[in-house]
Amino acid sequence: MSHAIDELSVWDERILELVHKYGLNCYPQEFEICDHNEMLGYMAYTGMPSHYPHWSYGKSFERQKTMYDYGVSGLPYEMVINSNPCLAYLMRDNSLLLQVLTIAHVYGHNDFFANNFTFTSGTKAQHVLQSFKSHAQRISSYQEDPSIGIEAVEAMIDHAHAICYQRSRNLAIKQLSQEQQIVRAWERSQPPADPWREIHPTPEYTPPNLTRVPAEPQENILEFIAKYNPYLPEWKRDILTIVDAQTQYFMPQMDTKIMNEGWASYWHHKILNELNLPQGMHIEFLVRHNQVLRPHPGGLNPYHLGFVLWHDIERRWNQGDTGKEWSDDKPPTSEGITDENDTPGRKKIFEVREADRDQSFLRRFLTREIMEDLNLFQHERRGKDRVVTKIASEDGWKEVKENLIKSVGTGSIPVIKVEDADFGKNRTLYLKHYHDGRDLQLEYAEHTLKHVTAIWEREVVLETSINGKESLLKIVGDSLKIERL
Amino acid sequence: MSTVFRPYVPSSQRSDRSARDRLRHRQKIKDSIRDNIGDILAEESIIGRDRDKIIKVPIRSVKEYRFIYGENSPGVAQGDGQQKPGDVVQQGDQDGKGQGGKGGDQPGVDAFETDITLEELIAIMFDDLELPELERKALKEVVSEDARKRKGHRRAGIRPRLDKRATARNRARRWMSVRRSREMGPDGEKPRFPFHEDDMRYYHIVPTTKEASNAVIFCIMDTSGSMGTVKKYLARSFYFLLYQFVRQKYANVEVVFIAHHTEAKEVSEEDFFHKVESGGTYISSGYKKALDIIEDRYHPSLWNVYAFHCSDGDNFYSDNERALQAAEELCKVCNLFGYGEIKPSGSAYYSGSMLEVFGQIKAENFHMITIEKKEDLWEGFRSFLMKDKASGVSAHGKVFGGSEGAASAAP
Repeated sequence: MSHAIDELSVWDERILELVHKYGLNCYPQEFEICDHNEMLGYMAYTGMPSHYPHWSYGKSFERQKTMYDYGVSGLPYEMVINSNPCLAYLMRDNSLLLQVLTIAHVYGHNDFFANNFTFTSGTKAQHVLQSFKSHAQRISSYQEDPSIGIEAVEAMIDHAHAICYQRSRNLAIKQLSQEQQIVRAWERSQPPADPWREIHPTPEYTPPNLTRVPAEPQENILEFIAKYNPYLPEWKRDILTIVDAQTQYFMPQMDTKIMNEGWASYWHHKILNELNLPQGMHIEFLVRHNQVLRPHPGGLNPYHLGFVLWHDIERRWNQGDTGKEWSDDKPPTSEGITDENDTPGRKKIFEVREADRDQSFLRRFLTREIMEDLNLFQHERRGKDRVVTKIASEDGWKEVKENLIKSVGTGSIPVIKVEDADFGKNRTLYLKHYHDGRDLQLEYAEHTLKHVTAIWEREVVLETSINGKESLLKIVGDSLKIERL
Repeated sequence: MSTVFRPYVPSSQRSDRSARDRLRHRQKIKDSIRDNIGDILAEESIIGRDRDKIIKVPIRSVKEYRFIYGENSPGVAQGDGQQKPGDVVQQGDQDGKGQGGKGGDQPGVDAFETDITLEELIAIMFDDLELPELERKALKEVVSEDARKRKGHRRAGIRPRLDKRATARNRARRWMSVRRSREMGPDGEKPRFPFHEDDMRYYHIVPTTKEASNAVIFCIMDTSGSMGTVKKYLARSFYFLLYQFVRQKYANVEVVFIAHHTEAKEVSEEDFFHKVESGGTYISSGYKKALDIIEDRYHPSLWNVYAFHCSDGDNFYSDNERALQAAEELCKVCNLFGYGEIKPSGSAYYSGSMLEVFGQIKAENFHMITIEKKEDLWEGFRSFLMKDKASGVSAHGKVFGGSEGAASAAP
């Protein structure tokens, strides 16, 4: 069953009217109608119309297809790309209601892309499609270059993919250059200004190490290697840069999954309720909405969590229930305000959608009451089993919340920084894992270290903590060696 | 700002963009199978299956390594309100698989597995051996005179060779001429018109020579009391590999099982692997039996003979001399003769060994291997077949019999 584009346009106009009415601030929107096969293809390539080739996308395609063919998982109703104009795909076989629901949902995402700080500071939406295309062309040109070839390019991409997420997470924080870092290190080493310097004893002064590279620990490992490995040929350097740039594009999406899906669900829910759907469609809407937003016991459905939180924020601010930490002199109230858009609750959620990411969103707005309502619990490994260790109760909820915050978005990626590029005066790359109670998976660490070694082209070591013991991981010969520090 | 709707373009009009990446992924999987073939073959799920049955082997997908958190990282999930501290939410080793826990963030087992058939697996195995095509052919050049083929027709012959089509055609031809001479229209009443002896045509069969691809595998196993279950399993695995390999190269493969302790007899496959004998060991008895059978049924000018003997190396000392002689004889009639000594780790080192005794054999097509654990199987098998490759030239054109064959053992 496919629907005439004219019919969809009519619905789109009605939806867009509401979008404007509520003050959503979207990029221009484009929809492309596709079938399930094309959808599978887009999914494998993260939705991009053009993307560089790599076997991992073939793997991803096969996996999706297998799961789809065996009915393990369905296809998403929609897929939307953070670009300007915003690009989204609609599956032609979906029912009319699903198309309408999807269109409304997509406008929610579109607004989020266009306004949330992680996106606005991290990606240039108007260039996204073009830059992915140019990356694809560059990679293809290296593959076709007889002096390089597919296998060498593929190996390089393998290496780069292994550490592509080891980069700074908050794109709004400006990266300082080596020179700026040196200046900062020198400034920091100076004793604080002291008007009584004359009579005070001279404070102890340790000169800063201004020759070390990097001057401050660096989180962007790919960028660092591309810059400081002098022996990399230009094409390898370029591949590192490309992979790094593409990862940067995906960081905001990883970091706002709960907010973003919750926001889009909040708006599709609101908009569809106002469309005066015919009865049949309205019932289907309720069914579909509940399918998407149902809780996943044993897991965590970001649509559900986000949806609940946005509604809760709006309710609390309208009722003046902002909590101790957030109370103004006079608690906000929606009394006497006639325009829905002017209620403090609505204003608050627009402010939050601009200024927060999942981690801060949860920290600020996930209350104990919601955690209890959702029956959140924490589980840990005990021997071979995973066991419930804490529940959202009086004494447990804070820890459960902390651990949830740690594990969402980029929190699930270990923080590893380059400490020294010339460790032991030997051009050994010294990496340090900033341990937060969670150990690294050693098999993966071993292979990943090998990938780093392959692009640094000298020894690479990693400082981490294993079972509470400070250790240094090295690759000796072909295997992992663990030294206690 | 108006929304753009782009109409549907059927898949058939677009390029299949993931085709190349899927292909590369498949190749990666094959490569990883090749790298781990020893481990895969050591899985009991393959060996011990019915040989002709196609089975599926799960292969872990190619991993993409990253720095990730290990097992001591806590997860948070949503429950139904019934959970209390101490409840087990996920049992055992199924981390990362579907239900329960927080699958996505745990490395665990990559849930996606690829199936390949046994046939594919075997093809990969032998690709791994890198036997050039030429040498596979060389081994087929043994000429069989048993073959016959049809050549023309004869008016006389025996009933089974009657060419019914030619016979019927002759009858039809005769009927046409008779009808014309009697001036009967096509609608006329048909009189009975039986076959005549002149209509009969018989195939003529002439003997011909044909490139035969016959091979026989002699599986000789020591079934004395000292061969335990583990040893037998290792032996069986080896024979399985050998059979699969030989089957790839030859159209017609037969397998002969010889079990021996102090005396040898030909047995069925079932008995070979399952019957436990007791008593001491005369290795020579097994070889003698094989030589007898070869002389009876598998003349080496028609058959490619592969023989392999598995034993734990315990032999009566007095038999060693005879065993050595018999082994040398076997070398002369076989394409390849191998001796595998099975010493599972943990088995006593004080038990005897035939390696020294057989070390005296100089024949090119003799090969000894030691198997200590499952993982040794593939390496052993590989080295065994490399021998086949090296001695491939000398292996054919040999003449059955004692002294005459001596020259053929030299390259």
